[in-house]
Amino acid sequence: MTSTQRQPTQSQPAQGQPTQSRVQDAAQRSVGTASPRIEAWDKVTGRAPYAVDHPVPGAAYAWVVQSTVARGVVVDVDTSRALAEDGVLGVLWHGNAQRLESVGDPELMVLQSARIAYRGQVVAVVVATSPEAARAGADLVRVREDGMTSDTVLRIDHPALYQPVQVNAGYPARSAIGDVDAGLAAAAVRVDATYRTPAEHHCAMEPHATTAFWERGCLVVFDGTQASTAVSETLAGLFELPPQSVRVINEHVGGGFGSKGGPKPNVVLAAMAARLVGRPVKLALTRQQLFAVAGYRTPTIQRVRLGAATNGRLLAIGHDAVSQTSQLSEFVEQSAVLSRHMYAAPNRLTTHRVVALDVPTPVWMRAPGECPGSFALESAIDELASAGNWDPVRLRIDNEPAVHPEEQIPFSSRHLVQCLQEGAERFGWTDASGRVVRDPRPAVRRDGEWLVGTGVAASTYPSLTWPSTALARATADQRFDVEVNAADIGTGARTVLRQIAADALDVPIAYVEITVGDSAIGPATVAGGSMGTASWGWAVTKACRLLRERIERDHGGRVPTGGVAVRADTTLEIRDRPEFSRHAYGAQFCQARVSTMTGEVRVDRLLGVFAAGRIVNPTTARSQFIGGMTMGLSGALLERSVLDSRTGDFVTGDLAAYHVAVSADVPRIEVAWLDEQDPHLNPMGVKGIGEIGIVGTAAAVANAVHHATGIRVRDLPIGLAQMIGKLH
Amino acid sequence: MRVNLTVNGEARQADDVWPGESLLYVLRERLGLPGAKNACEQGECGSCTVYLDGTPVCACLVAAGQAEHRDVRTVEGLPGPDGLDPVQQAFLSAGAVQCGFCTPGLVVAVHDLLARNPTPSDPDIREALAGNLCRCTGYENIVAAVKLAAGA
Amino acid sequence: MKPFAYQRAEAADSAVATISRTGAAYLAGGTNIVDLMKLGVTAPDLLIDVTGLPLRDIEALPDGGMRVGALTANSDLATDPVLRTRFPAVALALLSGASAQLRNRATIGGNLLQRTRCRYFVDVTKSCNKRRPGAGCAAREGEHTDLAILGASEQCVATNPSDLAVALALVDARVELLTEGGPASMSVHEFFRLPGDRPERDTNLPPGALITAVVLPATPIARMSTYRKVRDRSSFAFAAGSVAAALDVRDGVVQDVRLAYGAVAHRPWRAYAAERSLRGAPATVDNFERAADEELAAAKPLRDNGYKVPLIRNLTVGVLRGMTEASW
Repeated sequence: MTSTQRQPTQSQPAQGQPTQSRVQDAAQRSVGTASPRIEAWDKVTGRAPYAVDHPVPGAAYAWVVQSTVARGVVVDVDTSRALAEDGVLGVLWHGNAQRLESVGDPELMVLQSARIAYRGQVVAVVVATSPEAARAGADLVRVREDGMTSDTVLRIDHPALYQPVQVNAGYPARSAIGDVDAGLAAAAVRVDATYRTPAEHHCAMEPHATTAFWERGCLVVFDGTQASTAVSETLAGLFELPPQSVRVINEHVGGGFGSKGGPKPNVVLAAMAARLVGRPVKLALTRQQLFAVAGYRTPTIQRVRLGAATNGRLLAIGHDAVSQTSQLSEFVEQSAVLSRHMYAAPNRLTTHRVVALDVPTPVWMRAPGECPGSFALESAIDELASAGNWDPVRLRIDNEPAVHPEEQIPFSSRHLVQCLQEGAERFGWTDASGRVVRDPRPAVRRDGEWLVGTGVAASTYPSLTWPSTALARATADQRFDVEVNAADIGTGARTVLRQIAADALDVPIAYVEITVGDSAIGPATVAGGSMGTASWGWAVTKACRLLRERIERDHGGRVPTGGVAVRADTTLEIRDRPEFSRHAYGAQFCQARVSTMTGEVRVDRLLGVFAAGRIVNPTTARSQFIGGMTMGLSGALLERSVLDSRTGDFVTGDLAAYHVAVSADVPRIEVAWLDEQDPHLNPMGVKGIGEIGIVGTAAAVANAVHHATGIRVRDLPIGLAQMIGKLH
Repeated sequence: MRVNLTVNGEARQADDVWPGESLLYVLRERLGLPGAKNACEQGECGSCTVYLDGTPVCACLVAAGQAEHRDVRTVEGLPGPDGLDPVQQAFLSAGAVQCGFCTPGLVVAVHDLLARNPTPSDPDIREALAGNLCRCTGYENIVAAVKLAAGA
Repeated sequence: MKPFAYQRAEAADSAVATISRTGAAYLAGGTNIVDLMKLGVTAPDLLIDVTGLPLRDIEALPDGGMRVGALTANSDLATDPVLRTRFPAVALALLSGASAQLRNRATIGGNLLQRTRCRYFVDVTKSCNKRRPGAGCAAREGEHTDLAILGASEQCVATNPSDLAVALALVDARVELLTEGGPASMSVHEFFRLPGDRPERDTNLPPGALITAVVLPATPIARMSTYRKVRDRSSFAFAAGSVAAALDVRDGVVQDVRLAYGAVAHRPWRAYAAERSLRGAPATVDNFERAADEELAAAKPLRDNGYKVPLIRNLTVGVLRGMTEASW
């Protein structure tokens, strides 16, 4: 159906050896070793094909036209000038686009009606023989819009704020234990503060892009997605095709961070455009277009109230989070959910409220909920420590819960205290005996024009698992092909799954080939929620163990001619897991400096210590932790998407204005992890590490800035404009 | 118009090039060299970094006509006849690759950095690579790769 | 992008003649205009590529000055050893701009002609008097944290984004031109302008003129010059504010001083009032503060860029103090 995208892995089975009489056991475990990244060779040579890198003969190119009003209707689309342009093959708009069947996500019902629900919504698509002809054609499409008054700004007092039933990931919107007001009234030390985090954009390096073509009624797409199973199912639904008639290939994906966690308009539009012009179509959104079309992290406003007794024990925790969604669908960032389990307290209240604005729908962005939520909670804990004159590491340790403080269920494993202790010692916060040697006074450490300080914050992220399928096939005693529709968005999924497969088969890793990134393999879950390794790995483990058992049991330990194959599905195992609170935890330490002359904030040092179950591959894991912490640093100091309330668009919508950390911003980052054994997770004992690194970083930075300067920043990012004029 | 240029040591020709096309488009869509990536098309990310007459530039901002009779070297042209360039090998060894989309541009940028400064300090490296955004790695292993290649 | 024709200039005078006649645009490094053409901000029918013209020489003049061909790459000039000795502020300004890839491609002449990065100028769906005279200024009430506090007008609050221009203003550089009428030259102070009621004009460059060179006149005080650029991102970002300074202190008294500010106005802002205040005065923090306050008395910050006033004040004091201490 297409030239196959499955490339052989780099390590081939040893050639030319005498035929083995049976499958040999592995001499050593593969999990836990720094197995090199399988596809790195393809990437350093520029040969790894991403969504629009595949050579597709006869491809046309699509370019989108976006709405310029935040709310209104498309009155008319004049395509005549565009169609007259050299090279333009066709123009799609709601007047001529094919009808789609609803699959429940209104963002994907592209070009289905005249309604404009946000600025930047796609209102037409031009298809041409070259990208530049398509762009020139798009400039010539005349879209007449009737704009109405729009409401695009999140405010704490917005009259349309409401409490939803559920928030993201299915959590209840509200939780209450005891009486927070009474707990606060009884407290000797209190904090009541409001924190703000801005809208942020993922800025994965690969913009959302799709190559699509139709072949004998089947739809094939190369899509830069974190979830090709979901994309294929969605396309089948939208285009009313049998599921097996859609194939989505995502062999290499240039980052995602949540923005590619589900199908996005680009993949639907590319399929529509390919059908319109009867040839393959490549649609690569520009960086600027992404800011409206590909999702963002909602801004949040969070009030945290803490009350503690004179001994530092928390009596009350209140966390009220406000965020925005669109007029199209309800997305509620779960910002207060982490406050349900981080610390013990008899009186607790968490709430979420949301308002539907004339804006694009927010989406998951690396550690949705925990990332903005930890900025608020972990800053507030630091404020409480200052107010009570307690050491912030000690304060956290003193409020460690024995069981999940709201659900009263056990933790599958929890080593936050150990992370804090280990980190404090490594960072020089405490000495070898555990005594605090950090001077708690703010604004007293000078280094030339700079004020220097240190801060700490805790991290957490849920350890989720979702059903997946995998296929394991033996074709010879030294040749095992394992397939699972994982997406390697840069995490190293391909590499660690091969390690997991080798151990489950109990064979040397060189015997194992792994294939990922193709919906034709069979259903598997998204590369998101830090659950990829756990979910795919479980299916891989099950398939591989069954395969090896079958070889041993039915074939005397020899792979028969014609091979043996086993397909596994983990739906039942995951459904039947006992109830535990499953989370990874960590502690992050930061040293920051602030120029008294310019207000510039720089981070000197970051240390993260994590307890995240078994680490499959130290090299890829370390890079994941550091990458997460760097994105956290970037969010702490730089990232903000500024919305112009008059037009409803993000005016900082490109990489010139939306600044992410460059190499010069990033200091020495140290990462360590505890050897955590947890039998209640999955057969591999892994917790997931893609997101926890970003959780708490911003608070650690803000707390360090406070320690350096005495200035408490509750509104991210922390920039020189907030510092200048307050420093001496 | 027709553009004649040398790419990775070979004389190449692209026909029917529209003046508004960038060198990046010519390489990717007309010459079959998708190694250089388009991630911002305005010089803000470095993903499209290629050598133009021996100097690293953002190919997205070079008008196609400006490449006429020029010498272009892309990531695809770095490996020698006997395998990977030392910079590419260092990226592999140091684990400096994640999603890989920034990698081709970074490899070219590092290749140039080491040609000009064979023993760069940590701040030298971080400043020299500030034009190459990476969203995955936190740059740590990229800096390690530069040092590794420098010592090679 | 609107279709356009592309030509290579064979000679400077014929290029000038064509541009003067047709309203076409010059193309040099392309690091700004190519982006603006993709965005539809500018849409010339014809681009004349001047990169083949022989305007790349860096000459160290015997009198202590320098003459720099307009097509010299920023990176080539920044590393020139004579420049680093005679005009360190210029070298520092160049190195602080953009990224290595862009400095390799961007030219000295093009740098002086780069357009503002105001977010409303680069978005053709927004109102901008600079892009479309009479359309209104969306920045005044919009996102303007990076925009002007000095010399702005009702019509335009844009800032000039160039670091180099600030250092050139410090040393009273001259811009050499080729116009239809022949060679001409103007000082950078005449070259740059405030927006007033003609914000569509970035500079006073005569129509069709080609910048051929930038001359740095012999300036002994420039040997003790510096450039400090401030920004939230450590590198590869335009300035939130910047200061170029040159100072000559003897026996604790300011013999001579020059100050220029960046990212505060539509042009590089030479701080003449502060300089006047300081010449002959004791080199003390109090005097530095007073001088900065005198210069900044005219500042009219917008809703969200008031931070630039204390920033420039602090920078002035901090940089001058650092130079004073270094001169002991």
